[in-house]
Amino acid sequence: MSEAVSALAGARASGLVELADAGATGMITLRGELSLLGGALQSVLGLGLPGLRQVVTGEKGQVLWMSPDELLVILPYAEATAAAAALTAALGDAFATVAVVSDARAMIRVSGAQARDVLAKLMPVDFADFPVGSVRRSRAAQVAAALWRVSDSDWSLICFRSVAGYVWEGLATVAQPGGEVGLYR
Amino acid sequence: MLLLSCPCCGVTAEETEFANGGEAHLKRFGPGSTDAEYEAYMFARKNPRGVHFERWRHAYGCGKWFLMARDTMTLEVYGTYKAQTSAPPEELQAHIKARRPEWEGF
Amino acid sequence: MSHRLGTGGRLIDRARPMDFTFNGKTMRGYAGDTLAAALLGAGQTLVGRSFKYHRPRGIMASGAEEPNALVGLGEGQRYEPNQRVTTTELFPGLKATSQNHWPSLEFDVGAINAKLWRFFPAGFYYKTFIAPRPFWKHLYEPIIRRSAGLGRAPDAETHDADRYEQIYAFCDVLVAGGGIAGLKAAREAAEAGKRVILTEQNAHFGGRAVVDGIEVDGQAAGAWVSAQVAALSAMANVTVLARTMVSGVYDHGYALAYQRIADHTPGAEKPRHRLWRIRAGQIVAATGAIERPLSFAGNDLPGVMLASAVRDYVVNWAVSPGKAVAVVTNNDDAYRTALALHSVGVKVPAVIDARREATGDLPARARAAGIRVIEDAAVRHVEGGKAVTGVAICRFNSDGGAVIETLACDALAMSGGWSPVVHLWSHCGGKLLWNEAGAFFRPDPQRPPLGADGKGFVTCVGAANGDLGTEGEAPMLPVWLMPAQASYDLRAKAWLDPQNDVKVSDVQLAAQEGYASVEHTKRYTTLGMATDQGKLSNINGLAILSDALGQPIPQTGTTTFRPPYTPISLGAIAGEARGGIFQPLRKTPMYDWHLARGAHWEPVGHWRRPYCYPQAGESHAQAVNREITQTRKAVGILDASTLGKLVVKGPDAGRFLDMLYTNVMSSLKVGKCRYGLMCNENGFLSDDGVVARLSEDTWLCHTTSGGADRIHGWMEDWLQCEWWDWKVHVVNLTEQFAQIAVVGPKARTVLEKLGGDMDLSAEAFPFMDWKEGHLGGIPARIFRISFSGELSYEVAVPAGQGLALWERLMEAGAEFGVAPYGTEALHVMRAEKGFIMIGDETDGTVIPQDLGLSWAISKKKSDFLGKRGMEREAMVSADRWQLVGLETLDGSVLPDGALAPLPGKNDNGQQETQGRVTSTYYSPTLGKGIAMALLHKGPERMGETVEFQNASGGTVAARVVDPCFYDKAGEKQNV
Repeated sequence: MSEAVSALAGARASGLVELADAGATGMITLRGELSLLGGALQSVLGLGLPGLRQVVTGEKGQVLWMSPDELLVILPYAEATAAAAALTAALGDAFATVAVVSDARAMIRVSGAQARDVLAKLMPVDFADFPVGSVRRSRAAQVAAALWRVSDSDWSLICFRSVAGYVWEGLATVAQPGGEVGLYR
Repeated sequence: MLLLSCPCCGVTAEETEFANGGEAHLKRFGPGSTDAEYEAYMFARKNPRGVHFERWRHAYGCGKWFLMARDTMTLEVYGTYKAQTSAPPEELQAHIKARRPEWEGF
Repeated sequence: MSHRLGTGGRLIDRARPMDFTFNGKTMRGYAGDTLAAALLGAGQTLVGRSFKYHRPRGIMASGAEEPNALVGLGEGQRYEPNQRVTTTELFPGLKATSQNHWPSLEFDVGAINAKLWRFFPAGFYYKTFIAPRPFWKHLYEPIIRRSAGLGRAPDAETHDADRYEQIYAFCDVLVAGGGIAGLKAAREAAEAGKRVILTEQNAHFGGRAVVDGIEVDGQAAGAWVSAQVAALSAMANVTVLARTMVSGVYDHGYALAYQRIADHTPGAEKPRHRLWRIRAGQIVAATGAIERPLSFAGNDLPGVMLASAVRDYVVNWAVSPGKAVAVVTNNDDAYRTALALHSVGVKVPAVIDARREATGDLPARARAAGIRVIEDAAVRHVEGGKAVTGVAICRFNSDGGAVIETLACDALAMSGGWSPVVHLWSHCGGKLLWNEAGAFFRPDPQRPPLGADGKGFVTCVGAANGDLGTEGEAPMLPVWLMPAQASYDLRAKAWLDPQNDVKVSDVQLAAQEGYASVEHTKRYTTLGMATDQGKLSNINGLAILSDALGQPIPQTGTTTFRPPYTPISLGAIAGEARGGIFQPLRKTPMYDWHLARGAHWEPVGHWRRPYCYPQAGESHAQAVNREITQTRKAVGILDASTLGKLVVKGPDAGRFLDMLYTNVMSSLKVGKCRYGLMCNENGFLSDDGVVARLSEDTWLCHTTSGGADRIHGWMEDWLQCEWWDWKVHVVNLTEQFAQIAVVGPKARTVLEKLGGDMDLSAEAFPFMDWKEGHLGGIPARIFRISFSGELSYEVAVPAGQGLALWERLMEAGAEFGVAPYGTEALHVMRAEKGFIMIGDETDGTVIPQDLGLSWAISKKKSDFLGKRGMEREAMVSADRWQLVGLETLDGSVLPDGALAPLPGKNDNGQQETQGRVTSTYYSPTLGKGIAMALLHKGPERMGETVEFQNASGGTVAARVVDPCFYDKAGEKQNV
């Protein structure tokens, strides 16, 4: 078995914010009635069901609310396949779909006091109304992205794997020193 | 550029997050339908000067389709609602009627 | 002559002189100067030549409304034409060059046009150069373009050295304009806890109040403004932006604001401009008012300036436009200019007032200061060539025949009253009211632009709302032409729009020729066009038009106010989207490998796929031929990762796919693959691909590379909006898997060399089966499908291990000379087999039956998407163009898209045709050109010879053959 390579291969960059490739990350898409999915999540991973546009964090990973019938589980890469199998088993005959999507996406960590200013240069999102633990699906420049707030100054962004380089370059470009804004203070 | 509120995920966002899907509440006519029915389904669009019901997808957001009542003249948005219905909600129709008494109704 | 005063200058720092050049000549200004102030301070009053007549032009205004003084700024990668000197902040080393003259600013050959003014009236170009038609393109237009126009474009080979960006911002209240009214509005909203963004287009806040030295809340305006700006800047809910112009207001509270971050510090490591994309609950337009010029002969000469601008130069920058400055006015406000000039020791020969009597407080103060006031008077004409030398005065109510006096002066300050800046109110549909007393349009509060909630979202405050602060002043007299009955010769020298060289006589001529609509007159005369968009000229122009049409001004109305308020840079509009991130570039997991091997790329949507991998000394065509030959002879591998991969799962998934595909997918057995077609409701072919049934309730649908997102959206549309009670989920796994096609007689051997837990033998793994297991230790799903006619496997592995698999395949295939092949080899091989390609054989009007694909359309299903559309008369007609293969008689390759002509014309007068080439290639396998075409009743015409047009106007003869050119029995793929 060869080591899985993330699209950004561990890239890091520094500017108005710190950018870092989160590396190969396990991700599982769950589709179905949320209460149903919540039961399986609780029994398999001990994770609660996130509310509307919320993120639940537990010992084994995180769950993101993606749409009224979709969740995204984030956990270590190596655990995704087994967890997906366990979730599938737990859901049994119920109408639900479990799919490993770890390789379909890239995850970028954006950190620093100016993170909101930098993100606002690419995303049409109001960061004044974006508490820790909430998630927003939108676009980053010209491609789809999901963003959640991990702490006051730490954010995680996921996008499709094929455009990871595009999003990375975009973030690095607008995070160049000299581009300070001071919109979010 | 319009501001839209997705009734599926609760996000209010600019138009660039969404994709328009044309007129809402079309009735599909498949095999067995007359030419006139099929033509109405495929090609006859209301294109009103005023209240219009239309389809939008939150393409960059939750991915869900929803429906919206909007005024094509003033761009006033009367409301958005879930796509799984064949007619606009009663209360939305009442709201439109209150705002536009001359509206002939859905 | 204009000059710097010995003392004063609110904004300049005399301790910091700055050298700059104008047309190569070094001049000196001070920190805090605008380029306009520095030029005037250095005595440079002539700064450009006019658009059409090449007349000498100077600085007329002090802000964004400047029509004349446009220069080229910078050089090389930082050169930019048409920059207003009035809004350009001075910096050390600034390089400015004047525009629109040859050979020099001082001596301009084109100025002969000015002597020929009688021959260049409104519509001159339209009338004169209309015929003969070809002359326009080849003769007239190039000459006119060279001699008319503004600055030259930057050199084509230069690239803008600066960077630009955008930012999305949100607020409750956006205040555009940092004068007294804007500051008050911002403060009020901020105190109420609202989120506020306050913008000011200039570097300094305060607007006119600080220049005119009025008091606000019992405080000197300057001190009050500083205190307000400091207080607002300190508030957490307020963003204060200087050098930021709200350029446009759009639907639902959207506004663009253009921030000039580094224009005054070129080369700084900063973005030059930032475009703010603001969504505001309410927009307050505190955009002030603009003074109107007066229309009299020679009002465009260098030295004739707006009265308020003269005041600005004196107070802000200690610059006087002349040694002796006359003033001409129809209102009291211009007396402030006379007083300001007088107070710094500049001679004011007289104030020429069009009103019968000048009785107000300001005229009284002027008289008390010893300034002469000439009432009921007009400027008949301005004397001078390249600069003002005097003004000839006549009675206002006259035709100018009798000069009552000529005053010596070297500058003239004029005021025709003020017009509120209503642009932001009007951009999104706010309507205007005519104010008779002030002779201006102001916002009609009853008809604001409407937001998403149907309520108004823009308010105007202060001067922008028509509150000009003229309380206590004597009424102004609307003056649209001076003198009131000016003769033709005077009117033909009275400029309305100096930027476009439009005169009073031009607008009158337009009216005479029947241009009754103001919008038509604008386009006929060019009044109000170009970079200033008529900020000074519009009201005067439509007053002249109204007069000529004999109707009141409100009946004529205004032209449409369109964004941007003043020009904004293309860089700001592009933002970060340039160079490598101009648009998304989608990369497969093996992208870097292809790049390192020198792949020649083909864009496929946003994807970039290798077209071929040329080796040293090889042309692209040679590379393609080698890749095909090697694949058909031994083995080749293709990066097929871009193929769409949609998982469709649920109790109703089979039923759903039976609706989406034209054939039956519910009957597919687990472990099997089936080729399928998707049509839209018109019955036109939309996408195709291989479907694999993964389990009892799960199918994997492959789509075309360009179709993945579209088909995913299509499926979601039907599931969410039509069959919402069906239990089906769709998950787009396109990017989860890297997919590699291993193709050729040695394909099985190569895969077997990698080792794994799947039996790949022909018996255990027949054509159109799929298997799941491990290949070389990598979890893999293998589909035994073929798009080339060869023994072929498509291997899907997690994307993160795609490169590893690719490299192992290269290694294992080395002994057979494995050829990585690109999209062109893929296309040729599929064409050799007669396989269709969506987008080549289809164009949105082609039904599957046209392509010989009737076998893939179910006769049993009562319904599927497109079935009803295919039943239409035109679709079942025997007269359709249908797919055939073509072999040229001479072996050549037909041009792509070539038409087969028929004699005669169709109803639209076009050449009748009977067919069209849809795919055409050189086949190295057959050693000749092959093609596919849609041909009228094609399948009935096998063996017939048909002529197709070539690029040089001749025709090429081709024989109609079966579209499958290679291994028709399919023996090679089934071994």
